[in-house]
Amino acid sequence: MTDVTTFDLADRTVRELNQALHDATSGAFRVTSPRGAHAVAAGIDAAIDVEIDGSVGYYCAGMHQQGTVRIDGNASTGLAENMMSGTVRITGSATMSAGATGHGGLLVVEGNAGARCGISMKGLDIVVGGDVGHMSAFMAQAGNLVVLGDAADDLGDSIYEAELYVRGSVASLGTDCVEKPVEAEHLATLTDLLERSGLDADPADFRRYGSARRLYNFHVDDIAAELAEGGATGIAAELAEGGATGNGAA
Amino acid sequence: MSDQWHLRESYTFDRNVIAEIQRAANTGIYRIRGWGAKRELPTLDDLVVLGASMSRYPLEGYREACGTDVVIGEGRAAKPVRLDIPVTIAGMSFGSLSAQAKEALGRGANAAGTSTTTGDGGMTPEERGHSRTLVYQYLPSRYGMNPDDLRKADAIEVVVGQGAKPGGGGMLLGQKINERVARMRTLPEGIDQRSACRHPDWTGPDDLEIKIIELREITDWQVPIYVKVGAARPYYDTALAVKAGADAVVVDGMQGGTAATQDVFIEHVGIPTIAAIPEATRALRELGVHRGEVKLIAAGGIRSGADVAKAMALGADAVSIGTAALIAIGDNDPVYDAEYRALGSAAGAWDDFQAGTDPAGITTQDPELASRLDPEIAGRRLANYLQVLTLEAQTIARACGKSHLHNLEPEDLAALTVPAAAMAKVPLAGTSWIPGMEHTAG
Ligand SMILES: Cc1cc2nc3c(=O)[nH]c(=O)nc-3n(C[C@H](O)[C@H](O)[C@H](O)COP(=O)(O)O)c2cc1C
Repeated sequence: MTDVTTFDLADRTVRELNQALHDATSGAFRVTSPRGAHAVAAGIDAAIDVEIDGSVGYYCAGMHQQGTVRIDGNASTGLAENMMSGTVRITGSATMSAGATGHGGLLVVEGNAGARCGISMKGLDIVVGGDVGHMSAFMAQAGNLVVLGDAADDLGDSIYEAELYVRGSVASLGTDCVEKPVEAEHLATLTDLLERSGLDADPADFRRYGSARRLYNFHVDDIAAELAEGGATGIAAELAEGGATGNGAA
Repeated sequence: MSDQWHLRESYTFDRNVIAEIQRAANTGIYRIRGWGAKRELPTLDDLVVLGASMSRYPLEGYREACGTDVVIGEGRAAKPVRLDIPVTIAGMSFGSLSAQAKEALGRGANAAGTSTTTGDGGMTPEERGHSRTLVYQYLPSRYGMNPDDLRKADAIEVVVGQGAKPGGGGMLLGQKINERVARMRTLPEGIDQRSACRHPDWTGPDDLEIKIIELREITDWQVPIYVKVGAARPYYDTALAVKAGADAVVVDGMQGGTAATQDVFIEHVGIPTIAAIPEATRALRELGVHRGEVKLIAAGGIRSGADVAKAMALGADAVSIGTAALIAIGDNDPVYDAEYRALGSAAGAWDDFQAGTDPAGITTQDPELASRLDPEIAGRRLANYLQVLTLEAQTIARACGKSHLHNLEPEDLAALTVPAAAMAKVPLAGTSWIPGMEHTAG
């Protein structure tokens, strides 16, 4: 870290900052006095290092690619939303929808993350040092969410193929989210993510959650076809089993 | 004859109703289909245009110019969208449509000088390649959403809702989720995809305002940003979209098409296009941006140049077409009638866009079926159709003495029915009566 370009948002605009970050191909930047501004360091697509001294508003490091963003403070809604690659790290806490829809890279929240952390995530890895709020990993499609603290209600509701690891308590699991066994491969994933996040925890202390895959397809009955095939035995058997599963909650 | 009496059908429980109850009882699942509302609704056909007369001066049909261009995003975006004609191709995803169909839409739109739109599933390199002006949809699901494609787009459309299902998310059934479609959406192959109906990282107009700023920041304020809503409360939605900073508001009426939605949603949720346009226009007028800073794009059941002209007279700056564009490239083509019938439908009635079995090769991911659609020929058909829409709209505008389509105004219209007069807020033909309005037209 030799040449660090400093942007003081007390007298420069977010537009000027972001344009400079978009024009850069390398180097390090320091942002001071962010004072809750929105879309700070959004749309980076270069191997640059950005350090933000203070708290930011919505969508900090939105759609982030390649570089590293470090926030010394807290962030509001949508931190690193839809990030693709690179690393985003926040020393404080993030409110709602941190890492929403992220496709790749690593997001580290050293404090707590609010509701809907990792919502619809699509391949991103998220490590949260503290707790996550309700509906975290809602409809999460791919990637890993690692929570060192507790998870609030409805964790992993309508989840697809993302993997969730929680060290503390889970208030409740959402629709179609179930606990799954932790195998060697999962321990390896956890070990790697904890190491890269720099957060201290024993991989053996985590429980794993994921999709029961019961919502993946509509349940379609066909009584007429069954009758044509010879008798109502199928339906009778199904009813006796209590197998009228319905169409799921989606 | 007593026989006749025994064959009397119920109006309340007609054959379609009985068949649907039987189907529901057999399967235990709601009916999912494509297309838009099929029941009778008030439409733009319920309006007529008042041609020139003693007090109005027409333009010569073949000689005098009648402009058709529209510019979106001037002022805020460094590169506004400039269209030669006010008819755009609506968002329809690769996934719901074959790659050949997307290419045909791009070719037709290019030839006619208008834009195409991606859909719930991301942007393919092919559609970017084949569309000179491409609008990139930003949907609740964010399938395939990425900043590289965002920067390749000529405009961004934040989708809040769709006329066929205001308040509902996308749907794509397993038959159409092949390997490529699954990969683009980060989903397992063959699942019945039900995408989110709410955006994951914003709720309400105040958040949307910040979201739009973020999108502008990521794209360095280069391209316009649209907001698309399904017509439910168009006056408020339009006003809030303007407040949030949209360059264009797309209002899609309940007739609007879909690739796959619950029939109950298609037929019962939302309000008709004829009712939606005047309300959206009223919001823009009150905010002082109508025919100015913020453009109104109307959609839902647009079929003809008459519809284009009437929608614009009600206040739209442009229209957007889905179903009509699919028909133009070959959907419901009578040459496939036998095949439609083998699937239990018929040319002219086919709406199983969800099934993936489209004989015309349009709403399918089956490579064999898709290869039936020649994108060049289909593109030419679309270009021809777009030209007819434009010529027809110009014919009407010239008859009203307008040198540009956007000079059409509500005063050029009358209504044929009391409901249409009330919804469109134009007088019932032959009267000066606008139901519900304090002041009647002169
Ligand atoms: C096959 C098909 C796919 C569609 N996919 C989308 C979509 O991905 N996103 C969207 O906002 N609207 C979608 N729509 C709706 C259209 O964008 C548009 O609002 C509608 O078709 C307009 O009504 P019309 O079909 O009567 O012209 C789709 C419509 C059809 C017919």
